This record gives sequence, C-alpha cells and structure tokens, in this order.
Amino acid sequence: MVYSLPEEVLEHVFSFIVSDKDRNVVSLVCKSWYEMERWCRRRIFVGNCYAVSPSIMIRRFPEVRCVELKGKPHFADFNLVPEGWGGYACSWIEEMSKAYPWLEEIRLKRMVVTDESLELISTSFKNFRVLVLSSCEGFSTDGLSAIAANCRNLRVLDLQESEVMDLSGHWLSHFPETFTSIESLNMSCLGSEVSFSALERLVARSPNLKTLRLNRSVPLGKLSTLLHLAPQLVELGTGAYSSGIRSDVYSSLSKAFLGCKEIKGLSGFWDVDLSYLPAFYSVCSRLTTLNLSYATIKSPDITKVISQCPNLQRLWVLDHIEDSGLNALALSCKNLQELRVFPSDMYAADANVTLTEQGLVSVSQGCTKLQSVLYFCHQMSNSALITIAKNRPNLTCFRLCIIEPRTPDYLTHEPLDIGFGAIVKHCKNLNRLSLSGLLTDRVFEYIGVHAKKLDMLSIAFAGDSDLGLHYVLSGCKSLKKLEIRDCPFGDTALLANVAKLATMRSLWMSSCAVSIGACKILSQKMPMLNVEVIDENGTLDSKLDSCLVEKLYVYRTVAGPRSDMPGYIWTMDRDSSSRI
Amino acid sequence: MDQKRSTLDLFNTDLATELRLGLPGTTDDKPEIIKTASLSGNKRSSSEMGSSTCTDENQSRFSPPTKEQVVGWPPVRSYRKNILQAKKPESETGSGMYVKVSMDGAPYLRKLDLKVYKCYEELMEGLQEMFKCIIGLYSEREGYNGSQHVPTYEDKDGDWMLVGDVPWEMFISSCKRLRIMKSCEARGLSA
Repeated sequence: MVYSLPEEVLEHVFSFIVSDKDRNVVSLVCKSWYEMERWCRRRIFVGNCYAVSPSIMIRRFPEVRCVELKGKPHFADFNLVPEGWGGYACSWIEEMSKAYPWLEEIRLKRMVVTDESLELISTSFKNFRVLVLSSCEGFSTDGLSAIAANCRNLRVLDLQESEVMDLSGHWLSHFPETFTSIESLNMSCLGSEVSFSALERLVARSPNLKTLRLNRSVPLGKLSTLLHLAPQLVELGTGAYSSGIRSDVYSSLSKAFLGCKEIKGLSGFWDVDLSYLPAFYSVCSRLTTLNLSYATIKSPDITKVISQCPNLQRLWVLDHIEDSGLNALALSCKNLQELRVFPSDMYAADANVTLTEQGLVSVSQGCTKLQSVLYFCHQMSNSALITIAKNRPNLTCFRLCIIEPRTPDYLTHEPLDIGFGAIVKHCKNLNRLSLSGLLTDRVFEYIGVHAKKLDMLSIAFAGDSDLGLHYVLSGCKSLKKLEIRDCPFGDTALLANVAKLATMRSLWMSSCAVSIGACKILSQKMPMLNVEVIDENGTLDSKLDSCLVEKLYVYRTVAGPRSDMPGYIWTMDRDSSSRI
Repeated sequence: MDQKRSTLDLFNTDLATELRLGLPGTTDDKPEIIKTASLSGNKRSSSEMGSSTCTDENQSRFSPPTKEQVVGWPPVRSYRKNILQAKKPESETGSGMYVKVSMDGAPYLRKLDLKVYKCYEELMEGLQEMFKCIIGLYSEREGYNGSQHVPTYEDKDGDWMLVGDVPWEMFISSCKRLRIMKSCEARGLSA
C-alpha cells in the first residue's frame, strides 16, 4: 500500500532542501516527487550554458526565482579562447523574460551580455533584485543606465571584473531619487569617472548599503565623504589611494574610518601613497578580508598593516610581500583561510622581490586554518611541497604557479612529482589543484591514486605521454573540470576513457597531441558530448584525420550541438566535421 | 604504453621561429617540417605518428620561445597585467630620475634624484636640506604660506606649476625641473 503525503506537506519539506545535488536526488524518488520538486525549485545553477537549453530548463522548472549561468571555459581568462567563441546570454534572457516574470536574481560568469539584454532584464522582471556580471563583456554603461532607471527593487549590482564599454559616468544618475534599496554596489572594473554627486546622493539615501566597491577614478578626498554617509558599510573598495599634499585629506579620512565600526573587508588600493596608509589602521583589528593585490607597496609597509589584522581570514597581495612579510603573516594571522600571492613582474627571471617557497612554507606552518592557496613564485622544491602538505592536510584548493614553465626542484634539479604527490596524498579533501614546474607522468599517477575528491584540475607544460592523462581520467573519481595546455597527451588516453567524459562538466585541451580522427571517434562513441574543435586557420575540413587539433573543448550536453559557433569552431559529427 | 613523445615537439603553437628536424647546421633530411605558426598546419602521415621521435634530437635543437610569446602564461588576468605594467617603466630605469633644481638668488643650479623620495614630505625635507631654506606648509587653498620660498616645477607641457597639487606619482612622471621661487614672486600661482 502506498500512502503519499499531501502536496502542501511535501512542498514544505522540500523547501528545506537547498542544495542542487539533494534536490536532484529527491526528484528521482518517484514520479510524484519529481513533479512536486520541479514546481517548487527556485534556484538553478547551470555550470555550462551549453549543457542545457533555456527551453529545457523552463519546461522542467516553471517557477524559478534565481538563475546562475556560466559560459566560457576558464582558460578564457588567460586569452586562450578566441574572440567570438560564444557564451551569449541573449537567448537565455529572452526566454526567461517571457517565462519567469517573477525572476529576482541573475548571476552570469564569463558570458557575453548586450545592452539590449540588460534593458530587457530591467523591464521584464518586476521584482528584480540581484544582478551579478562576473568577468562578462559585451555591454556598455548604457545598459547599466537601463538597470538603474528601471529596477525599482534592486539590491545587488555587481560588475566584478567585467569588461564594460565605458561611455560615460552618468549611468549612476539614472537611479531615481526614490530608489533606496541598494545593498551592494561593485563598480570597481569601470574605467571612467562616475558622476560623484550622483554617487554621493545615492549613498546618502541607501541605509542598507553594506558593500561599496569604487573604481580607481574616485579620488581619495571624496572617500571620506562617502564613509561619513555610510558608516554601516561592511565591505569597502577604495578608489586610487593617493592625493596631492593635503593634510586635511588624511585627517578627514582617518576620522571617517574611525566612524565605520562595521567594516570587515577592504579592497581597491590603486596607486597607494604610503603616507595615507595609516588612515585605515583603526579598522584593521576587525578586518577579515584584505585585498592589496593592486598595491605596489613594499614588504615592510605591508607587514605593518597585516600585523594589525589578527582576524584576517582572506589576504590577496602582490609578491612584494616577500618571505619576510609572509613570515609576519604566519605569526599574526592565525585565522587565515585563504592566501593569494600575485606576481608583480611576469617576465623577469630574477625578479626584484625576495619571494620564494619559504614564504609559503611559513604560512602553511603558522596558519593552521589555511585552506586555499594561490601562489606565484619563481622557485620551488619537493621538500617544501612535502612540508606544506604535511603541515596543512586541510587544504582544499592548491594552485601553484612557478612562473617559468618546466622549472625543476631548484635544490635537486628533479621533477616536482613527489612534491605534488605529497599534496594529493595528505590533503584528502583537495577539490582544486593547479600544477606547474617540471612534471613527469609520475605526478599524474599519484594524482589518479590519491586525489579522489578532486573536482577541478589545471595542467600546463607537464607530463611525458598519454599515460599521464590516462592516470587522471581513470583515477580521479570526482573530477568534473579538466583543463590542459601544452602537454603531450593524445588520442590513446582520450579514447580509452570516453565514458569518463560523460561524468564531467568539461574538458579543455590546447596545444596537445589529439588528432582530428580521434575527435571524430569520440563524437561517434559519445553522442551526449559536444566535441568542439577550434581551428583559427579555418582549414579544418581540408585536413587529414591524422592532423592534430589546436584546441579541443568537450562537454556533456542535453541540448545537442550548439548553433552559435563562429566559423573557426567545428563540431565533430560522426564521419565528418561540420559547422552548423 | 605509448611512445615517449617529447613535450618539446608540441610546444610550437605560438612560436614565431620555425623548428627544424635536425641539429643546427645540418640539412633537414626528414620530409616533414613542423610548422610553428599554428599546430593545425601539421600534416603528419600515419607512419610518422607511430614512430618514436628521438628525445635527445629534439632537445638539442629546441629553443624555448621567449616568455612574452607564450600566450596565456603565466595565468594572470589581463586587467592585473595592465595595472602592473603601468608601474614598470619607473622601476626599470635603475639610473634615477635627476632633475635640475634652481633657487632664486643662488649662483648655480643643483641636480636632484626624484626617485629617492617616496612622497612630498620627503622631497621638501631634501630641498630644504640642500638649499638651507625653509619652505612653508602646503594648503590646497593658499599654496605655501609662512616662508620666503615656494617650490614650483616645470611640467611636460612647459608650464610652471606649484608643487603639491597632484598625486605624487603623477608629479614624478611629469616633472621636468624644479625651481624654488621667492614667495613674493610666487603669489600669482596659488589660486
């Protein structure tokens, strides 16, 4: 006998189930649960916008309030994905504008968004609240004007790291005087000056404003004005942090920071003038997040700041911090969870900064809560990596970039296989790993054996043969995203692991050894994958099957081959390559 | 399992130079030349795909591309690169940024390395030290009050400007020479 709970009860129970994974499982229990669940799912996350189509999503989930989409492959951040590749938000926004009148939140990452789409968003969704455009492009300040003018209940406008065509700073003036709901505004990526008086008035009438990230052009003298108007700020991104000699700027800035008792996060700090640094010392003891990655200040000055921040959880900084600064960090910031050290000089073999592997070792020892690392440096050793691994088995994200490709252990001149091997062996919850330095197939053997929770792996200039790729594809159970460049991985490994690719979100391989023929075979064996070959010379169809492909992007999809590919992308289709 | 293929073979996507199969100075006896403009130019017959390439041979003729030529490496977002490159020219010129300094009434000029100073306060100290004079305190409205001497500079456009109005970095990049004026002559500048 089957008794089923009344719908209202089920719906209420399901409302506590938030994660996508759990919801997906719930929907598989039986038909009525599937039906029930799909009507009450409110949040959708689409990790690859080409894995599904807007109509499929809308058909299954008719009552969605929040949509998050990701477009281009991650390597697009480093100019490896050519212009015009795709990731257009247009069709998604058009269809959602018709199907989801009550949509409240749109989050897009690495997608192309037009002003027309922004305008459509602003007029279609009466209760629209959150717009996050992360690393997006294709729109201008005109689109922002439409958002400002029409979204009466907007809470969040976050343009994080997007490329915006900056036509004028007047878009901010389009927020009506009656608009008071903004809670988070991030315009740090904008180049031109915004109308300061409009900004001032907006901040003055927005009591719920908690996050404000200014762009570089907002002068330091104006910052104190804004802080006096918004002492409730929790996250602040400054503009340029310098001024002419104006002692009144310093004193009013210092006073303004004293009044901000809630600030927990600071960023910005372009063009730092050292004499103004002490102005924000009063907030240091409360800081949990500090982003100094645009500040070219030297180690002693950085050290002075961070030694006053005992509650720091996240630090982003340039390699100017040097080993000495990192030693200080290890002593002062016992709550540190995330560290990112960016390079100041990309190309010099012997940079002017003394940042070595020792800095990272110190932090791994002193900061027991450290989970996430991004570290650019010029030298590394296996012994340092082993020490780091043993110190911090709780690492979940480890991204190491030794700037010169294929750099061996500087002490022993060996490959760094055993060092990274120690990382994956000790850090059992590692979900993200980026490799660098001289590496043979052996490191991939270690990864395949130990990295069972690894979700994303980035490989560059590494390995000796297909065996390396085979170890990864056959061993890493949880792997969802794999991106590879300039490695000797080819057909054999790929074709031996075709089924694995259907369990992953995507695979990117560029400048490797995969042939056209193998791509065709892969496509034939796995109809649920889109196998896309990028050939910027545009001569793919005249080539033999034995020719190597430049760039390959493979992803699972239920939407079939996409129809918006530029001329230089071919989708592999059984016995021929075609451009649709 | 597979033939050991040297990674060096494949490192030719973005090279401007052409790799040749053979030691430098020898003639090329293999029919296939690996085109380096893009990998898609490779036409390899299946027999060559199956043969093992000699690692030693590859390594001796291989010259890695200069770093600037490797697309997308190191993996840093372009907006970060732009910010840092704006800073580079200053640090690269290790020779210093010497400008002439004249003081009204002094018989000869001096030279000053602006790079030695990190901010206006330090520059003022340096000038006062060098010329044994006192320069007044700066205020945005009134310029330099309370002394007989006022620091001015000639900018890139040839205009004489009061020192202290613009951010330090902007000042250093546009200052061509300095002149310490007598206060009575400088009155016209502070507006």
